[in-house]
Amino acid sequence: MAILRNKLRPFSAARYVGLVGSVVLAACLGYGQTKNSCLDCHSALPDPLGVSQEKFSQDVHAQKGLTCASCHGGDPTSDDPDKAMSRKAGWKGKIDRKQIPQLCGSCHSDPAYIRQFNPSLRTDQLGQYRTSVHGKRFAAGDTKVAVCTDCHSVHDLRAPSDPRSTVNPVNVASTCARCHADANYMKGYSIPTDQFAKYSTSVHHDALAVRGDLSAPTCSTCHGNHGAAPPGVDKVQNVCSNCHTFQDQMYEKSSHKVAFQAASLPGCVVCHSNHGISHPTDAKLGTGPDAVCMQCHSPGDSCDQARAGLLSSLSQLDEAIKGADHILGVAESSGMEVSEARLGQDQARDSLTKARVTIHSFRKELVDQDIQAGLKIAAKNLQSGKEAMVERNHRRVGLGISLIAIGIVLAGLRLYIKKIES
Amino acid sequence: MFATLRHWLDERLDWDDLTAPLRHKTVPNHRLSYWYFLGGITLFLFVVQVLTGILLLLYYRAGANEAFESVQYIMTQVRFGWLIRSIHSWSANLMIFTAFAHMFSVLFLKAYRKPRELTWVSGVLLLFLVMGFGFSGYLLPWNTLAFFATKVGTEITGQVPIVGKPMMIFLRGGEDVTGATLTRFFGFHVAVLPGVATLMILLHLLLVQRLGMSIPPKLEVQWTANPSAKREMKFFPNFLLRELMAWYVGLGVLGALAAIFPWNLGVKADPFVPAPAGIKPEWYFLFMFQTLKLIPSKVWFVDGEVLGVLAFGLVGLLWILLPFFESDQPSRTKGWITGLAVFALVYIAGMSVYGHLAK
Repeated sequence: MAILRNKLRPFSAARYVGLVGSVVLAACLGYGQTKNSCLDCHSALPDPLGVSQEKFSQDVHAQKGLTCASCHGGDPTSDDPDKAMSRKAGWKGKIDRKQIPQLCGSCHSDPAYIRQFNPSLRTDQLGQYRTSVHGKRFAAGDTKVAVCTDCHSVHDLRAPSDPRSTVNPVNVASTCARCHADANYMKGYSIPTDQFAKYSTSVHHDALAVRGDLSAPTCSTCHGNHGAAPPGVDKVQNVCSNCHTFQDQMYEKSSHKVAFQAASLPGCVVCHSNHGISHPTDAKLGTGPDAVCMQCHSPGDSCDQARAGLLSSLSQLDEAIKGADHILGVAESSGMEVSEARLGQDQARDSLTKARVTIHSFRKELVDQDIQAGLKIAAKNLQSGKEAMVERNHRRVGLGISLIAIGIVLAGLRLYIKKIES
Repeated sequence: MFATLRHWLDERLDWDDLTAPLRHKTVPNHRLSYWYFLGGITLFLFVVQVLTGILLLLYYRAGANEAFESVQYIMTQVRFGWLIRSIHSWSANLMIFTAFAHMFSVLFLKAYRKPRELTWVSGVLLLFLVMGFGFSGYLLPWNTLAFFATKVGTEITGQVPIVGKPMMIFLRGGEDVTGATLTRFFGFHVAVLPGVATLMILLHLLLVQRLGMSIPPKLEVQWTANPSAKREMKFFPNFLLRELMAWYVGLGVLGALAAIFPWNLGVKADPFVPAPAGIKPEWYFLFMFQTLKLIPSKVWFVDGEVLGVLAFGLVGLLWILLPFFESDQPSRTKGWITGLAVFALVYIAGMSVYGHLAK
């Protein structure tokens, strides 16, 4: 019993087990983590020196295993500030703004290095940046222009695919606007500062921010990102045609292409503007406040007549579609089955959309091909609607006759009952 | 000519003897007599269902890829196809309504009492069969509403403990509502249910014929006390001619509904799109659906929906056996069943309206 008692001392055994367990747990928790003493102090410091553990853990670099020392140098494994931030340990301190593009580029321009983390990530950012307006001005000594950290942020830099990233498509415009919408900051650059305000009212912003279509354009779609620059008057068409392919093909066939080039006018922008592009309507071809043709053409000239012809064709199809829609709606609300004609109306609408695209050729014969196709379909659907209404009326007449017949039978039965019961 | 034919039949089949019960059958004549028409109208609507159903069968094709198109074809291309289909749908709904009304009239006039307990049982079973017709027929056009209503309906069946899941799989022909469910529902709708319902209707009619028409208890007391006050009319031809008038009115109503409000076709079912918001079953299932929605998700430790389904199952069973719970010598004019009938009527109507208005 005594031996047993000595060998089975529960408290003593628990102490040993606890100790060994703690060591194993600590080893497990610490495994794979590199000591980063920088955050021990900097998480307690106020801005601009403060970087919390929480903030830094959101940074894509931290997630890939990089530490403060990867950019700032020094020895993060040392708890002694003097050793950790010694020049001997390679500590660089606060990165000079002038060094930022080069510092970022030291990794991001190295395909072999980047490939370890993300083989599909491009490594031409620095090269592109040097061709951008930002990069060129920066090289000329203007440190007010954007460098990498201005757009991507720092210490909590997220991948562009992260919706919280400052360069996620949904946030790009706000990020650019931080400088470009600040009239004071932009003083001296002689460029407008209303781009963001205009863009916020545009059809593109509506598609991107309201409808959540991430393929809709934001600043970088037209201006580029690292190589950001205005597209240039003669290149606007190339920019827009990336998405508006068919409009571009039609514009290529138009007389405006040559005329605009000769007058050094910026293609699409002449009629549609740039940042504040509104939803195009047929009124652009009209003579009202939204009209664009009359900004250059004179009333009554041959171009004005062509414009009126195009507008009339579009209006004719639009009216035909509306007319068919109306009668089909009435027939449908009367319980008539007109789903086939309803489907056909979509084809008519497609023709109208196609005609509106073909307008960019400014050639009536081309536009009329689409218009005629649409009118034919709309007429067929209108006929279906009319036939459905005729059928509805036939049914009602038939019902009336049937009810009269039923009424006569009922009266006959009543009389017969009266007769046999009298 | 009719006399010759009658003589010919009489010689061979003893026609006069065969039709004697019809000639001798009488129907009590009093101020509540018109309630007697409801059963006949329900029968008339059933006949309309059978006839229009046979006509629809000429063009309908059961199958996930062709059911909707075949109904669309019936509605748009087949001559008077729209009329037949609309009458079939309207008549189905009216039949369920008149069956309910007939049941409540029987309750309020106390026609379920001895010796008519079995007539009541067969009648309630017929009501359930008619609702089964409604449930199975609703899916056949294979439109979005029908698809999701069937999905929800069969899911509720699956809530029954132990037998629920196998029952749901049996109804659906698999784990989900698919083309297999459609062909199976088609089979129930045009073969199984009509067969069972026809037999049950024959039994119901046989019992009605055998037991005669019930007289409201209060009137029965008066007539027993004063036999000279008793008023009756011959079933044939007097009552039948009146019933015929009611059927003609029913036909007129059906025709008007079909011509002015042709039954909607809807949009073809797509199993891969999410269910439309606020999906609801047909109006005759709405009171049960709304009740299930109102029951908390957990009642004590039992799942609320399971509890609701079990409760409705139990109530249905007790409802079939309702006449057997009344005492042997019930009050002639009062009774707890009348109170229960009022409660059931108010509950069904109230919950249906609530379910219809609820989002």
